[in-house]
Amino acid sequence: MGAGRLYAAVAAGGFRRYATYRAATLAGVFTNTVFGLILVYTYLALWDVRPHLGGYDRTQAVTFVWLGQAFLSTLAIGGGGVEDELMERIRTGDIAVDLYRPADLQLWWLSADLGRAVFQLVGRGVVPFVFGALFFPAALPSDPVTWLAFAGTLPLAMLVSFGIRFLVALSAFWLLDGTGVVQMAWLAGYFCSGMLLPLNVFPGALGETVRALPWSSMLQAPADVLLGHADPLATYAFQGAWAVALLAAGRLVQSLATRRVVVQGG
Amino acid sequence: MPMDGPTEERDGGPGEDSLGARRPGGDGPGARRPGGDGAGGDGPGGEGLGGEGLGRGGPGGAPGGAFIELDRVEKVFDVRKRTGFLRSERRRVRAVDALSFTVARGEMVGYIGPNGAGKSTTIKMLTGILTPSGGRLRVAGIDPSRERTRLARRIGVVFGQRTTLWWDLPLIDSYRLMHRMYRIPDARYRENLDRCVQLLELADLLDVPVRQLSLGQRMRGDIAAALLHDPEVLYLDEPTIGLDVISKAKVRGFLRDLNAERGTTVLLTTHDLQDIEQLCSRVMVIDHGRLMYDGPLAGLHEAGESERTLVVDLERELPPIELPTARVVRVEGPRQWLAFPAGSSAAPLVALIAERYPLVDLSVREPDIEAVIARMYGRPAPNAAEGAVS
Amino acid sequence: MADLPGLTDVPGLPGPTGFTDPTGFTRTEQRGRLREGLRAYRLIAAMWIRSTMAYRVSFLMTTVGNFAASGLDFAAILLMFSRVDALGGYSLPEVAFLYGLTTVSFGLADLAIGSMDRLGRRVRDGTLDMLLVRPAPVLAQVAADRFALRRLGRVTQGLLVTGYALSRLDLHWTLPKLLLMPVMLLSGGGIFCAVFVAGAAFQFAAQDASEVQNAFTYGGTTLLQYPPTVFAKELVRGVTYVLPLAFVNWLPAAYVLGRPYPLGLPAWTAFASPLVAAACCALAGLAWRAGLRSYRSTGS
Repeated sequence: MGAGRLYAAVAAGGFRRYATYRAATLAGVFTNTVFGLILVYTYLALWDVRPHLGGYDRTQAVTFVWLGQAFLSTLAIGGGGVEDELMERIRTGDIAVDLYRPADLQLWWLSADLGRAVFQLVGRGVVPFVFGALFFPAALPSDPVTWLAFAGTLPLAMLVSFGIRFLVALSAFWLLDGTGVVQMAWLAGYFCSGMLLPLNVFPGALGETVRALPWSSMLQAPADVLLGHADPLATYAFQGAWAVALLAAGRLVQSLATRRVVVQGG
Repeated sequence: MPMDGPTEERDGGPGEDSLGARRPGGDGPGARRPGGDGAGGDGPGGEGLGGEGLGRGGPGGAPGGAFIELDRVEKVFDVRKRTGFLRSERRRVRAVDALSFTVARGEMVGYIGPNGAGKSTTIKMLTGILTPSGGRLRVAGIDPSRERTRLARRIGVVFGQRTTLWWDLPLIDSYRLMHRMYRIPDARYRENLDRCVQLLELADLLDVPVRQLSLGQRMRGDIAAALLHDPEVLYLDEPTIGLDVISKAKVRGFLRDLNAERGTTVLLTTHDLQDIEQLCSRVMVIDHGRLMYDGPLAGLHEAGESERTLVVDLERELPPIELPTARVVRVEGPRQWLAFPAGSSAAPLVALIAERYPLVDLSVREPDIEAVIARMYGRPAPNAAEGAVS
Repeated sequence: MADLPGLTDVPGLPGPTGFTDPTGFTRTEQRGRLREGLRAYRLIAAMWIRSTMAYRVSFLMTTVGNFAASGLDFAAILLMFSRVDALGGYSLPEVAFLYGLTTVSFGLADLAIGSMDRLGRRVRDGTLDMLLVRPAPVLAQVAADRFALRRLGRVTQGLLVTGYALSRLDLHWTLPKLLLMPVMLLSGGGIFCAVFVAGAAFQFAAQDASEVQNAFTYGGTTLLQYPPTVFAKELVRGVTYVLPLAFVNWLPAAYVLGRPYPLGLPAWTAFASPLVAAACCALAGLAWRAGLRSYRSTGS
């Protein structure tokens, strides 16, 4: 019980930390809205030529764009979550302090990141999405069950997102300079999540491959549930499997890394 | 009279001398000169002190006269305070209020005050970073806010907690940049660099990337960087903050030499009373944007009735020591704390105690500036003024 | 390493020439300041290059990364064209032409002054003050901050796509069209530089809002990668008359491609880019001055 309260406090701290930057949040909302605006027109041009591309109609494509803008910072699809700080702590050696804390490293950072994600969703994600729904023909379900099913995909998407970024951050234990890994993660995040273009538009084998990768749990899978394009339970299973695999991998790498720290004496 | 330090010190090595004679907490109080030489004898308003025979009298500044001149200088900020989610309240804050003083060429002045008193605002106006809201301000005859870049060539600035050195590059590279950015003539650059390298003991550090330097080494590196273009005035913001005892001594020794030999005017802000004691013949205290005191350090001690503390370790627990010239402020087992006036010497006191009590060890603690100032103005606590400004 | 040939004539560094100066400097003084600024820029940029060369592997990786990140947008376009033959009535080589031009223009501006969005951070942590006590124009010092050759990755990627477009397009080349190509790239760079400077000036007022300028820099270049026919009239009007990004590539490219001009603008507008760039830079310079002046009077 006590442990649960600890991690809840860490999550609340993560939420508050991001909430203090009001101007930055407003700036982010503005920028996400502008990008959404630009992307919507390019998607509409595409769907004008192929009205049922990837099984979406125009309104569904529009909805996909605004969902992407809402999720971009929430799920830190291009990076920019707590992993930056974690990497910095590994680089400077401050991580040794964290390891002596009577708390689990992975759970600690996961809690902090969940707090951040919830703030980013409320502070940065909702406004562009509502803007898009108001000013463009969006395909929003009228059925509350679909909304609920969609809501269920969110925590799982957050777990997958953290799972990937935790692994990225831990690479700093072995690599002197993590810039390259961060960049790769950014590229993969954009390309494979659907942020660049819905994954059902990708041609042939490429499309099948990216849809099977963990990144698709972050944007494509929740979007398909919201747009009534996928079975929620199958989606949960897919997301959950990746979340478990990634978090387990993170735990394994973490134990290797901490052993390394202990051997080196911090 | 005030400049007995430099020549002696260069012979013995600056570190050793400063250390042996003046370290407060360690070697015993015997060698300490009461009040410090520079501050001891002069009356208030020690202007013109350093000007004697030292000023280079370059063009622009009035030779012998005021080099830095402030006449009723003001700086008013509009501070916005958030009162609600989107609501905010505007408040006018007078960070510097009708501040007037002059500093002669070649003077070395300590500029002190509590946090937020207006110290750094003053320095920022003197360097041309900030534009005063009112009054007249001249440095070497130049209005800093109007001719910032022209003034920049004639001043040196060291920010204690921020380095101007290039983190990933060898120290020498930062100096080469200064050479070119300030268009320092080659011969002059080499001469100044050699001098700084020698006196600040930088020879072994020149090829070391700055990120690998210790805090003290970096501070010395920063001071050298600020001096390569022969500035007529050097502003130092907390030059010894965070440094170890040896580094502090080196920095102080160097500044003393610089002032004595080159006649560089030095204005330094600090929280360390030792900096002032060992370097400055004159102290200015600012609080709430106003000049509260301007004169020698001894006068400040008198005004603030400040006290030093003698910590004595006795062989065993004893009742509080009773002496006419000191009072016990704290007792903890065999250790006792005695307060005595900062202006008087500790030597007779120590002799007296050693004579009457079984003395094992002792050390002297300096009063800190905040405490002195707090006493001076009858404040309850040193940090009470915090948050007034900035 | 200290001297970088070609960097002196970085396009569109908003020099103070060409507009009346409110502070009353004469033109010769201004020219002197411009020269001083470029000199300081070169010196500081060279220091940053030396700094990055301390980590060669990292430099190579980030250059490749910059190239790849820039290419991501083109990957999206290729993916789209794997499903369709035309977008907004433009073929793939035509879209690639637009893409290449704006990417090179933006890449040049990003290379030259791309770190100006760090100004807010400098204001917050007080390091801007250290630039203000140096004998060089602050704008030049801020512009050269974190100068990074890895940003050549984007320029290279843009040039490659432009090359691909030119090889596929069956253009009837004339002398004006040939001349317009470099003019377009440099003017475009100038317009984006103006956006960077104006964005930095805005950060004097809102230090945490550095992301706002991403909407106009990265967002702007994303917009220009697609044909104007794709976007709503109001949006096209906005980026023509309000924030004249259309002059980066849409208008001059319409002339080169022989396409109708957006908003039915007359043909001469295809050649107006240098003027528009100069005007933008002048306005951005004024905004910068106002920002710096307010900083120096408020200290924050």
